[in-house]
Amino acid sequence: MKFLDEYQSSRLAAKLAHRISVSSKKPIRLMEFCGGHTHAILRHGIRQLVPRTVELLPGPGCPVCVTATSDLDRAIALARSPEVILTTFGDMMRVPGSYSSLQRAKAEGADVRVVYSTMDAIEMARVNPGKSVVFSGIGFETTAPTIAASIVKAQREGISNFHVLCSLKLTPPVMKALLDLGEVKLDGIICPGHVSVIIGSRPYEFIPLDHGVACVVSGFEPVDILLAISRLVAQIESGQPKVEIAYGRGVKPQGNSEALQLMEEVFRIDSADWRGMGVVPGSGLSIDPKYERFDADVVFADTLELALRNTPVIEPPGCRCGEVLRGVTTPPDCPLFGKGCTPEKPVGPCMVSSEGACAAHYQYGGHPSLLRAG
Amino acid sequence: MDDVILLAHGSGGRLSHDLVQKKLLPSLSNIMLSKLDDSAVFDASGRLAFTTDSYVVNPIFFPGGDIGRLAVCGTVNDLSMSGARPLYLSLSLIIEEGFSVSELERIVGSVKAAAEEAEVEIIAGDTKVVHHGQADRLFVNTSGIGIVAPGTDISGANARVGDKVILSGTIGDHGIAIVSQREGLKFSVAVESDCAPLSKLVAGMLEASHNIRCLRDPTRGGLATTLNELAGQSDVGIVIEEERIPVQSSVRAACEMLGFDPLYVANEGKLVAIVDADDAEKVLAEMRRNVYGGDAAIIGEVTESHRGTVLMRTKLGSSRLVDMLSGELLPRIC
Repeated sequence: MKFLDEYQSSRLAAKLAHRISVSSKKPIRLMEFCGGHTHAILRHGIRQLVPRTVELLPGPGCPVCVTATSDLDRAIALARSPEVILTTFGDMMRVPGSYSSLQRAKAEGADVRVVYSTMDAIEMARVNPGKSVVFSGIGFETTAPTIAASIVKAQREGISNFHVLCSLKLTPPVMKALLDLGEVKLDGIICPGHVSVIIGSRPYEFIPLDHGVACVVSGFEPVDILLAISRLVAQIESGQPKVEIAYGRGVKPQGNSEALQLMEEVFRIDSADWRGMGVVPGSGLSIDPKYERFDADVVFADTLELALRNTPVIEPPGCRCGEVLRGVTTPPDCPLFGKGCTPEKPVGPCMVSSEGACAAHYQYGGHPSLLRAG
Repeated sequence: MDDVILLAHGSGGRLSHDLVQKKLLPSLSNIMLSKLDDSAVFDASGRLAFTTDSYVVNPIFFPGGDIGRLAVCGTVNDLSMSGARPLYLSLSLIIEEGFSVSELERIVGSVKAAAEEAEVEIIAGDTKVVHHGQADRLFVNTSGIGIVAPGTDISGANARVGDKVILSGTIGDHGIAIVSQREGLKFSVAVESDCAPLSKLVAGMLEASHNIRCLRDPTRGGLATTLNELAGQSDVGIVIEEERIPVQSSVRAACEMLGFDPLYVANEGKLVAIVDADDAEKVLAEMRRNVYGGDAAIIGEVTESHRGTVLMRTKLGSSRLVDMLSGELLPRIC
């Protein structure tokens, strides 16, 4: 892991921090779109290394957090169906839906299993031919290609009891929606590294062009993030916003054509329901009709209809996750933070997910006991 | 065909008797156990330490150990962390019907080896067989008794401002070994569990210094959770240095991949000691002489400020809170 040492080097980090301090003159506000960045920024104490002129704001890039309560309710309803094994990424387990959570449904007897990849779910379908294995397909352009690949694999190998409950989301359209809303004035965006490995940097071109906001694609190590911040500061100070890649070892401007083709083959662009943003047109993916026998929304349409009839979606009272995801509220400003809402007893998803802004703030600092100790 | 455990093996009849006589006793036999009385009877004087723990690890065989070794080491270590010299263990097996007899023998062999290494004897035992689906292959419980030397006072509540925090070696090995085995993850360098009895390491430390305040093994919840417990119990602050915490590069790589923080990953053969600053170097030198303390390091100190919490100075020179683990460690999704 030599390459990791290099990107965690305190010498390089100090050099970049110094460069940022020297070049940053006016107060600026940067949003790190990706929850992985929020997590890394707090874990490595990067806020302490940049000058006060640079404000860092978490954004909506946490797949579990932006999953709408209604989508959770659907997953829980399917999990309760006796013929279904519901498979999911781990963080989804603890997020409260309107009436329950997957974790609770599991404790009550539903067959819910945590998987590390969609291929595990395929394998589960193969060894459980009498059951329907449903994969809760959440995430951004990072998880979409592997979910597409699993559907293609199921098709090719005739695994007919594998289904995806698709609530995949797209990054550039929600960035546009956020900027169009104009609630928060941004000077620059730290663009997500892993998403950009797939889509490249070109889809962000509209951001400097239409909104005058600087964009730098960043990796996830502390040196990566400091480099991205220093590039953003330089762009903003010079008044010339553009799209740059500060994560050259992973990202090419054109992205990964194979992954993009796979996504195009299996999905079509659709509207998506975002926690905090509501329904944003063109910001999601649904399964193309030619693969509809793998689409849990189609296959289990009746089950879902029946289970969710007369059960209106209820958002957790007092939860400000929506505002946190839009950058309007910071986690410590939420009245529930660290009091009614903790990682042990989360009210909203931002306190659950390892990529959630509230969980990161709580875990790495700024939580009440530390503030008290001053 | 491999012999399997049947419900009748737990019925108390002939099959039960055969299982104990032929499969368990040959490995574990000692004077007290071989009597097969209802209780083990032994002499003891002085202050005794008593502890119990159940082991439900999945998978039961993992790189660097198995549930048998784990069940001995875990209880031996709990006794050691009280400053006790472990003497005797009990061993209870709850076996799911259908479990392979040869695997059971292999596990009992591991129990024997670990007990010999730790110089403890298994003097009481029990075997139950449950219906298929009522246990996950094999559950093990061990209880242990140890003796605490006069003058030894080890407790999580004893840390004092100015004391040093010593860690006995690399963190995260056990958790990563388990998760990679469970999930079928392949790494170029296989990570082995650090599962080990620490009784001799502790004996050496106690001999080297009378000013060891706290000992604890950072098992589930990892180093971060253990340090938080100590800070809370002693009502002190703890500051650690990220740079000084030993982590194997393969464990670090796996953690980066899975989105884990090694501070929260389980260990089964490591300890944290809080020691008077004047004795810290002496204790450290002694630890490094032991096979299970070769990578020991002073990783931080006990402070007056921010009582009840743990702070870490990061490699970059910033500092951050190190909170307890909440919930389960789960892999990240993107």
